[in-house]
Amino acid sequence: MLSLETLVLLQGGFSLSADLTVAPGRIVALLGPSGAGKSTLLDTIAGFLAPDRGRVLWQGTDLGPFAPGDRPLSVLFQDNNLFPHLTAAQNVGLGLRPGLRLDRDQTRAVETALDRVGLAGLGARKPAALSGGQRGRVALARMLLRNRPLMLLDEPFAALGPALKAGMLDLLADLAHETGATVLFVTHDPADARAIADQTILVAEGHAHPPRATADLLADPPPALRAYLG
Amino acid sequence: MARRAQPLGAATGLGLGAAALALALGLGTIAAVALRAEGPARLGAADLAAVRFTLLQALASAALSTLLAVPVARALARRRFPGRGVLITLLGAPFILPVIVAVMGLLAVFGRSGLLSAALAPLGLGPVDIYGPGGVVLAHVFFNLPLATRLVLQGWLAIPAERFRLAAALGFGPAERFAHIERPMLREVLPGAFLVVFLICLTSFAVALTLGGGPRATTVELAIYQAFRFDFDLGRAAWLALIQVGLSVIAALSAFAIAVPGAFGPGLGRPVAQLGTDGRWLRLQDAAWLTLATLFLILPLAMVALRGLPGLAGLPPSVYAAALRSLAVALGSAALTLALALPMAIAIDRLKGLRGRAVQAAGTLTIAASPLVMGTGLFILLFPLADPRLLALPVTATVNAAMSLPFALRALMPAVAEAERSHGRLADSLGMTGGARLRLMLMPRLRRPVGFTLGLSAALSMGDLGVIALFSDPGHATLPLQLYGLMAAYRMESAAGAALLLLVLSLGLFWIFDRGGRTHAEP
Repeated sequence: MLSLETLVLLQGGFSLSADLTVAPGRIVALLGPSGAGKSTLLDTIAGFLAPDRGRVLWQGTDLGPFAPGDRPLSVLFQDNNLFPHLTAAQNVGLGLRPGLRLDRDQTRAVETALDRVGLAGLGARKPAALSGGQRGRVALARMLLRNRPLMLLDEPFAALGPALKAGMLDLLADLAHETGATVLFVTHDPADARAIADQTILVAEGHAHPPRATADLLADPPPALRAYLG
Repeated sequence: MARRAQPLGAATGLGLGAAALALALGLGTIAAVALRAEGPARLGAADLAAVRFTLLQALASAALSTLLAVPVARALARRRFPGRGVLITLLGAPFILPVIVAVMGLLAVFGRSGLLSAALAPLGLGPVDIYGPGGVVLAHVFFNLPLATRLVLQGWLAIPAERFRLAAALGFGPAERFAHIERPMLREVLPGAFLVVFLICLTSFAVALTLGGGPRATTVELAIYQAFRFDFDLGRAAWLALIQVGLSVIAALSAFAIAVPGAFGPGLGRPVAQLGTDGRWLRLQDAAWLTLATLFLILPLAMVALRGLPGLAGLPPSVYAAALRSLAVALGSAALTLALALPMAIAIDRLKGLRGRAVQAAGTLTIAASPLVMGTGLFILLFPLADPRLLALPVTATVNAAMSLPFALRALMPAVAEAERSHGRLADSLGMTGGARLRLMLMPRLRRPVGFTLGLSAALSMGDLGVIALFSDPGHATLPLQLYGLMAAYRMESAAGAALLLLVLSLGLFWIFDRGGRTHAEP
């Protein structure tokens, strides 16, 4: 279970508060207008930013002292999710060992992960030789291998076309169900939330609201969400 | 909310250590010199003359270089012609050219038996002689006119094209264009360029050693060398070293007041289309300046090649032995430069704030340092411990690395910052630290600046004639020192061959490393 305990983030005139929990195994969307602090919240959970007040807890443990790489989570950014000088297989292998010295079993595991995301035989290619969708799949394969219980996604598929993006979200949902991971993904599109998110956290007007069932929230939006949806 | 404090990695620790070493080389050696210089100064009229000449020749060299740079840079800025790119690249070459090789080339063109004297002889003039103050300034202009031209060219290319379009629309002639567009730019750029050249000429040693000397043309650096080497008067050498430090500090402080432009700035590629400059007279004028500047740069180098070729085959074995020693020094110095600069660049990026700037300052400090002062300080420190002659080569490599450090940092810092900005969080999220981060994330993104750094520092060290002259005896000379010995002994054919060898080795080292960084480099 992920808990955000009386969290407050400040920056200049910007402030965001959050006091909520996310049940394990759920796929949860962070929905709200741009500039509301969705990415900032994700960065804080991932450990790139330190909160001004409050704590981030996983299964009751304060994550504060842990560096990003030591937290029980994987994260995908908006861009630069792959090292351009490494092959797809090497990029995936980083999920197993950050030093990339893989034994035979681990090399096989990388191939299996690439198979799973539909990239069989493309392991030797560098990112420049892959399409945008294929690059997203490489990043997902690395997440699969890292096998951390919490997956954070900061709109990594935003640059893809609608059909490709829907396909990537479906793949993400499948992988999450297979591994039992909890997923938090940022989106500004209610359709994304409706497609795969059991629950949605509304981030608007300086506050991250506790998660609600996505269908309920969208059927009966509070004023802040109604203003955003138009 | 705060950017989460990352734990100080091993690289940051190494960077701080490297900064401490750079500080020790820059300031520690000065302290060693200062301690030795106790007692009243025993400086004579000759020493005061050295101070006066140092200042005057630096002023003259800086003034001539920057003034001549203006018409050359203007012609480069507004003309398109085949070979323009090559010429701009060539302007960067003197930076890695061994001083003594350039001196050989200048002697071949401007010396008593040079091309100019030969051309003047039928007219009953000449021969010209460039030994003395004139030759020192000539050599400094040869080295620094290209540098100043690049700096001024940057200023020209930074003028928005709309400004020139407006000038054409208003019917400006050359005089109005100069008054309203070019003069304001030059007022910003020229003081910085002047100061850079002045600083470089202030610590001139090799030029003064080869073309100067005597009461009329001795620089403070040369006086340090003579006090040290011929009189073995450590106290006087120390006092002179302190004077040199004082001069450099004053000049460097004024550099902080005047914004000094960056010499390696990008984007010298495109000419500016300037309407209203198509007149025949202006075109002729630009062509003349470009031709003169090109000849001034190319002729001496061509003469080194021409005169060197016959001597290359019959070089004495001592020259090859010296070349091997120089290669070892150059490679060692390049490795040391990178070993210092890379952790420092990483530390500067990671520490940010005041501590980061302190590391950067420590690395830039040596730009105003004098290699001879550093050498004197190291001699004083090492003399009780070991025979300085045995340490001549390692000390030379170390001092050369310290002198290359500012340029290495300048190349590496932006690249490290860019790599961390684009992929640092990804590496953080995957737990890539220490060696894995260096090997898999940073180094692949740093191939170009690392290649450039290794090439630059190796070439600078290969051609350096400075500290080695303080320490070495003829049996352990580097190639530049060996070449100087051949010149002093009037063995001109061997000297010409050795000069060509040194030229090829210096440029070759730079080319190989720089090339290595470019091939297979990631976009």
